[in-house]
Order: sequence, then structure tokens, then C-alpha cells
Amino acid sequence: MKITQEIISKHGLKEEEYQKIRKLLKREPNLLELGIFSAMWNEHCSYKSSKFHLKNLPTKNKYVIQGPGENAGVIDIGDDDAIIFKIESHNHPSFIEPYQGAATGVGGILRDIFTMGARPIALLNSIHFGDPKNNNTKNLLNGVVSGIGGYGNCVGIPTVGGETKFNSTYNENILVNAMAVGHAKKDKIFYSKAKGLGKSVVYVGSKTGRDGIHGASMASAEFDENSEEKKPTVQVGDPFTEKLLMEACLELMKKKSIIAIQDMGAAGLTSSSVEMASKGGLGISLDLEKVPCREENMTPYEMMLSESQERMLIILETGKENEAQKIFEKWDLDFVIIGKTIKEKNLILKYNKTEVGKIPIDALSDQAPIYERDWKKNKISQRKIKIKDLNKIKFKDAFIKIISSSNHSNKNWVTNQFDQMVMGDTLQKSGGDSAVIRIHKKNKAIAITVDSNANYCKAHPTTGGKQIVCESWRNLISVGSKPIAITNCLNFGNPENSEIMGQFAETIIGMKEACEFLNYPVVSGNVSFYNGTNQKNIFPTPVIGGVGVIDNYNNVFDHKLKAEGNIILVVGKTFGHLDQTAFLREIYNKIEGPPPEINLSNEKNNGLAILKLAKEKLICSIHDVSTGGIISSIAEMSLSSMIGVKINKPKKLLNLFEYFFSEDQGRYILEVKPNDIGKVKQILEDENIHHEAVGVAQKKFFEVENEIKLSVEELYNLNNKWYYNY
Amino acid sequence: MNSTVIVFPGSNCDRDIAVALEKLNFKNKMVWHKDTTLPKSDLIVIPGGFSYGDYLRSGAMAAKSNILKEVVRFANNGCLILGVCNGFQILIEAGLLPGALLRNKELKFLSKNIFVKILDNKNKFCNKYKKNQVINLNIAHNEGNFFIDKENLKKLEDQNLIAFKYCDQAGKETENSNPNGSIKNIAGIFNEKKNILGMMPHPERMIDHSVSNEDGVGLFLSILS
Repeated sequence: MKITQEIISKHGLKEEEYQKIRKLLKREPNLLELGIFSAMWNEHCSYKSSKFHLKNLPTKNKYVIQGPGENAGVIDIGDDDAIIFKIESHNHPSFIEPYQGAATGVGGILRDIFTMGARPIALLNSIHFGDPKNNNTKNLLNGVVSGIGGYGNCVGIPTVGGETKFNSTYNENILVNAMAVGHAKKDKIFYSKAKGLGKSVVYVGSKTGRDGIHGASMASAEFDENSEEKKPTVQVGDPFTEKLLMEACLELMKKKSIIAIQDMGAAGLTSSSVEMASKGGLGISLDLEKVPCREENMTPYEMMLSESQERMLIILETGKENEAQKIFEKWDLDFVIIGKTIKEKNLILKYNKTEVGKIPIDALSDQAPIYERDWKKNKISQRKIKIKDLNKIKFKDAFIKIISSSNHSNKNWVTNQFDQMVMGDTLQKSGGDSAVIRIHKKNKAIAITVDSNANYCKAHPTTGGKQIVCESWRNLISVGSKPIAITNCLNFGNPENSEIMGQFAETIIGMKEACEFLNYPVVSGNVSFYNGTNQKNIFPTPVIGGVGVIDNYNNVFDHKLKAEGNIILVVGKTFGHLDQTAFLREIYNKIEGPPPEINLSNEKNNGLAILKLAKEKLICSIHDVSTGGIISSIAEMSLSSMIGVKINKPKKLLNLFEYFFSEDQGRYILEVKPNDIGKVKQILEDENIHHEAVGVAQKKFFEVENEIKLSVEELYNLNNKWYYNY
Repeated sequence: MNSTVIVFPGSNCDRDIAVALEKLNFKNKMVWHKDTTLPKSDLIVIPGGFSYGDYLRSGAMAAKSNILKEVVRFANNGCLILGVCNGFQILIEAGLLPGALLRNKELKFLSKNIFVKILDNKNKFCNKYKKNQVINLNIAHNEGNFFIDKENLKKLEDQNLIAFKYCDQAGKETENSNPNGSIKNIAGIFNEKKNILGMMPHPERMIDHSVSNEDGVGLFLSILS
């Protein structure tokens, strides 16, 4: 078949990219080869627009065993234990087919974790939908939530945390980001670097079908009105097979027979074989007629580009084939030797002994295009809203409107669809600052949180990038854990637009600064560009997954108020910043203005002081102050244990609204026993940290002096009705 | 006491129940579904999960597996059999317990802590609990909506074969406290000889105070006594 202009553009390749392919091959590619180039060179697989910026992020501290570049990042948590984690997007498929899109997003990220030898121990997610009033939103919410649950529940990994948000920016392009965390022994981690010649390349798992062909290319283009037609490019998940594949792989990993292993994720057989060969500096030859197929008459093109789920490619030590095969047969999974490693650094594809494609490995990986795209600096809006400029509203009415809004309501409706307890080590479920999972049969635990704030990032990407790293750090501190490292999922619009590229570049600058200051490096991640429809781009939405360590799981903190009479303390200074807050958005529908500023030095001091107080057991409960301000944080603490609280008005010049609804950063709410308050204040004063007592825990009523008096049951009902009425 | 946990492809609460059994000093063995014989067992547990992916119908394929024939034989000889969640579904599909487990009333997977009441404590599974004691357990299922025809329901009631009913914290069997729409709030039942118990809630998730509570411990201690 002659490669025409139309075929090239259908493969998402630009003319200059096609010319580069011709130069690298020193001839015209055939259709199969063109398909392979398009799969490897698309944005999703090649990071061609992001690489230039991503390299600036810090990726090391003394805990990091493996940074970006592998299936997932690995950190050392002591005693030979390692934690392996990553977050990834599945936005486009989930918009087209919400249940399967979300389900296979979970499946894909789980494989990234167990490919490296870890047993997955936790799943989290960050899901973003359009305006609830938008026609499609309800259907997408239902589909995505049940898809995430449907997959994770069946594989038997607890889904322990995440965030569900609504914003009209996602009306035509929702976000579904899934994070998985696994545990492995430090000396039993598996990588994707091939070694040795003539080694068997083995295909295991599900059979290959025609689903998901060019899925990664779809994820690398904007949507338009014909997107519905892309349904066939969405993969179909089978969590049952995933469970079998996971058990079989983990069983094989106990033996010494695997040289390299890679899951067939985006761009399936193509990317898995190319990545292993590229890292190993060798070539791979595949006999495609041996690939187990689900459908008849599949062509080499379809086999190489299918994104059928639940498949792995393994390079085995010579002589270990039989032992390995027995394990996969036990689990009723396909096990077929489909090729071998070779010296010449080519990907050689044969079908019934005829060579049907031959591409230098380097051409697909190292020689893939990298773009230093134009980017424009974002202007920060200087406008600051003063409360006196706004129409009057009763304090109580504003508070009720916020805590019963879609974004601030209790999310039980979502999290009750996820099995949070399977595996028996969930110390803290969704709803707190971080999920906490005990390391099986150990004293140690890890804390995990997923965070984003698209509104702040849109208002000023550098500040937003910093803020989101700090928020993640703060959430880990709030359960008494030591923050170690992060994974990031960078959801942005079209990188060919210099404004969008500017958002990306500046977000990275902000993240870099915060990660460096907090010694909180990035160990894995994923970039998702082209989130938008018909040139309407989404708000920049970096999502951060953070992991922290707790040495003794008996020292975990939560945000549940413990006892009447305890003192409620605000730590960190309140300046009254109202722009970009939930207050202005929910009450006045105002979305302009700068985000709250980040002071990294205060952030760090405040956090470390909290850890010190936690270590000395001077605190009963902790909660960070986030969207919705002080009052929302205290309300959440009250609701999580149904203990009331009496809050006093601030004895300073700040307006009531500014004090309680502002979203100044680096703040925490602490619950302290009256006996300990002296010691706590002393420690905070020694560290020069601003703090003030705002109230006292009490029976039954949530009260703000002369403004609000609600029974905790009333508060609970206000906070719990949104999802059930939607 | 010797216990055996049956592992089907897709079982995922097998490790959790083994942890619970070992914590309470059972001598536990895991048996793979393709095996045809069972070790010496005083208790056989069919754990939760998605055996055979819940394809066809939850529990239907597992009920036809090799090892289930052996489980039936052991059951007929009086061995104690406990089926939790998917294990309950399997016991019903295998005909060892009556009724059916339909999709939850809201047609959604539901995982949360619930309260159940002990209806009968004169049996091998619940003798460490008080009659009408309310305990807090966790559920996680899509098909836990127990249904049975009138005649057999009467039999369950007349012969005290209802083990647990969903209720509120005070022990009232209300509609709100029934998470999945089960007939008469039924959460678990016995066979006539009361050597087989099937239940939707997970007792193995309530054996450790740092994770949840210890309300499930009584069930294992009852079996041991």
C-alpha cells in the first residue's frame, strides 16, 4: 500500500515527522512500520512536548531507589521494604466510554506496579467532571465511579482515597487519573531492561483483540464533534484476568527466571518490546503468527497496535521457560514464546517466516522527536477582592451554601462503591487528609494522598504548581507521616498552543521549586496533553500523588475530634486572601484574581513543627486548612466524629468572612487537650510559628459565636445530601 | 483446630481470612480449586472475592468446581462450613443453603460498615455472642440482596436458621439499616443442621482494633469452643 498524505495524517503524524521517519529508515516505511512509528512517537508515549521541561524536576533524595523512566517510581522505607507507586491518566477513553475507560485506567496502573515485582496494596483516584448541570455529567460520574470500583474491587485491592471535583472546564473533557501503590522487598524489584542475546521473549496474559488500536494516538489529539466515533479505540477491561495475571507474575517473580518484564500498556506489543530492547541496547525479533489472538485474521498491524488489556511481555533466562509456563498454566493464562532478543539493534517483525517490518530501535525511542515548543508567560492578576466590595450575605448562609455544594459535600456516595478494607491493612480510609495503609505484618505504615487545584493553577500556574506540592506535603503531615516523594499526572490542554505550553512550563517551574525546597522529589508520572475539545482547553490540572512513611502505625493521626473540652487551635497565619476561594466561587461566582501565595519557608516550618507535636503526642487530631477555609476544616473535623464545637470570632481586625473563608496556605487546625495547650504553645512559639486558639470542642452543636448554631446532625445532613439528591 | 480455606481463581479475601484464622490459632491450610482432596479439616472457609470473575452469575462456576464436590462431602459428614460474601453466594449456588442473592437494591456495589444482630446463639458459629447482640461488621458486595420464597422463609424462621439480620445501632431492623434490600433484613443463614453458615458481612475484617474493631472475633472463638 502506498503511504499517502491522508494515511500519514490519520496516524497523527506531521509532515516533518514523516520526513524524519524516511530519513531514519533510509526508505519509505510500509503501513505496519508507519503505525509503529505513530504509536511510539505520539505525545502519550514519547513525551515529545514535555521532556524538555520535565527534566528540570528533582527526582532524587536519599529514599529514592528508582526515579522516572521505569514502569513506576520506587522508594526505600527501611528494613528491606520498598514502596512502588505511580499515577496515570485515562481521560480520553473515560469521556468516550466512562465505565470501561475508568476501569482500564485502574487496570493499567495496577500492571505498572506489579510489573516491578510489587504486590499492589492501595488504589487512589482523582476524577474531575464538568458542571453538574451539564447534561452529560451525571452519566459520566456514574460510569466512572462504577468503573473504578468494578475493577479494583474485583482484583481485590482497596481503593482508599482520592478526590472528586466538578468544574465547567471539564464539560467536554473529563479527567480520570488513577494511582496505584505497591509493596516489594528491596532486592526483589524487577525492571524493563533487557539483557543477553537469544533470550526468549514471552507473551503472557489475555489474548490480543482489535480493541484499543491507536488508543495512545487518540489520547494525543483533541476531541471534536466526531469523538463518539472513537469508541472502538477504547479498551475493554477484564479485572478477573488481571487478578490471575498479577498472581501468576508475582509467583514467577519468586523464582530467578525473569530478566526483564514490561506490561503491554499504551501502544501494546509495540511499546513493550521497544522499551525493553531500547533500555538493554539490543534488538528484538518477533514471530507475529504466534501472538495469541482473540479474533480471526488479525493482521500484524493490528497485533502490534492493539491495546487489549491484561497482557505482559517477559524476557526469560534461558532454560526457565518450562518452569514459567507451568505457573501460567496453573492460572489458566496464555504463555507463548513469540520471539527472542537479538544483537542487531532492530525491531524485526516476521509473519509466517516473512519479514514484514524492520525498524532500528533507536529510531523509535532515542530518535523520537523532542519539541521545545513556544510558550508564553502567564500574567498574574493583581486584582484583590475586598469583602466590602461584595453584596452582603449572612455568614451562616454562606457557610451552609459551601458545605452543601457539590465540591464540598461528603463523598460517601462515591467511596462506598469502593472496597476500602480488603487486604486488611487499611488504617485510614477516604475522607481524611491521607489514606493510611499498614505494611502487612509490620509496624510500619504509609500515608498516601492525591491532590489538585485547577483553579489556583489557572489563575497562576507557577503558584498553583507550588501550592499543589505543598498541599500534598501538608496532607501527609496531617496524619503524622514523614513525606518522602511524589508521582505526578499533568493534565493540560493542547501543547501546540503557546499559552497552554506556558501553563505547562510554569507549573513545572513552581513544582520544581516546592519539590526542591521540601526535599520531596518526583519519582514517576505521566503527562496528558490535548485535554480539550474544539480548541477549548481545560484548566491546567496537575495532580500530585504523595507518599509518606510512619514508623509505628500506632502513631497515626486523623482529623476526628476526640473529646469535648479540647481546644481548637489554628496554626499558621491567616491573612484573609479571598481570591480564588470556594467562598467567592460558590457564593459570588467570581473566578478571577490571584491564588493565595505560597511561602515555602513557612510551609516547611509549620509542617515540621506539627510533626514534632505529633511525635510528642501533644495533639488529639489534625486537619489541614484547604478549600473552604478554617470554618470548613473545623466543620469536617466535627462531622467525622459528630462532636460539636464552639468557635469564637477572631479578636483582630480581619473581617469575619476573610478570617473564616480565606484560603491562605500552610495552615493546620489542631485539637489539643487543655492540659497540653501550654506545651504546644511553647513549642510553636519557640519555632516562631503563628497560632491562635479559635474554639473548644463541645457536645452536639456546631457554633460560631452569634452567627451559627447548628446541631451536628443538621450539619451532617447539609453536608451529606448533595450526591444523594443529584 | 484445623481449618481449610478454599482458593478459587478470583478469590480475594482468602489472605484476609487466613490472617484471621491464624491470629486465633487455627491450624490453617489453603487449598487450590483444582485440587480434588481436602486435608483433615474441622472448618472449611469459602472466602469472599470474585471467583471465576463472577461471570455467568456470582458463585455459579465455583459451585461446579472439583473441590466443591469434596466440600459437599465434608459438609454431609458434619464438618463446619463458613461462606463469607462470595462464599455465601457459592454455598447457595451449590445448593448447600436455600434462597438466592440478587443485586443490591440500589444496583450498585456497596462497601461500608453496617450493624447486624445475632438472632441465634445456640450454634457452633455464634455461641460466644449474646442473643440479640448488635455487632458492627463490614460489607463489600454487588449481589447481597437475599431473597427466598415464603414457604422457605417460614422454615428459616420456624427452625431458627437465620443467623444475622441487618439493623441499626440500637438493634432495630429498619429499612434504612438494610443496605442491600435483603428480605426481612437477612444477612446470614444456616442450613438445617447448623453446620453451614453463609453470610454477606465480613467477620474477618473485624479482628483488629487498629484497622476497625474486634466484633468479628466472637465468630472465630465460637467455632474454637
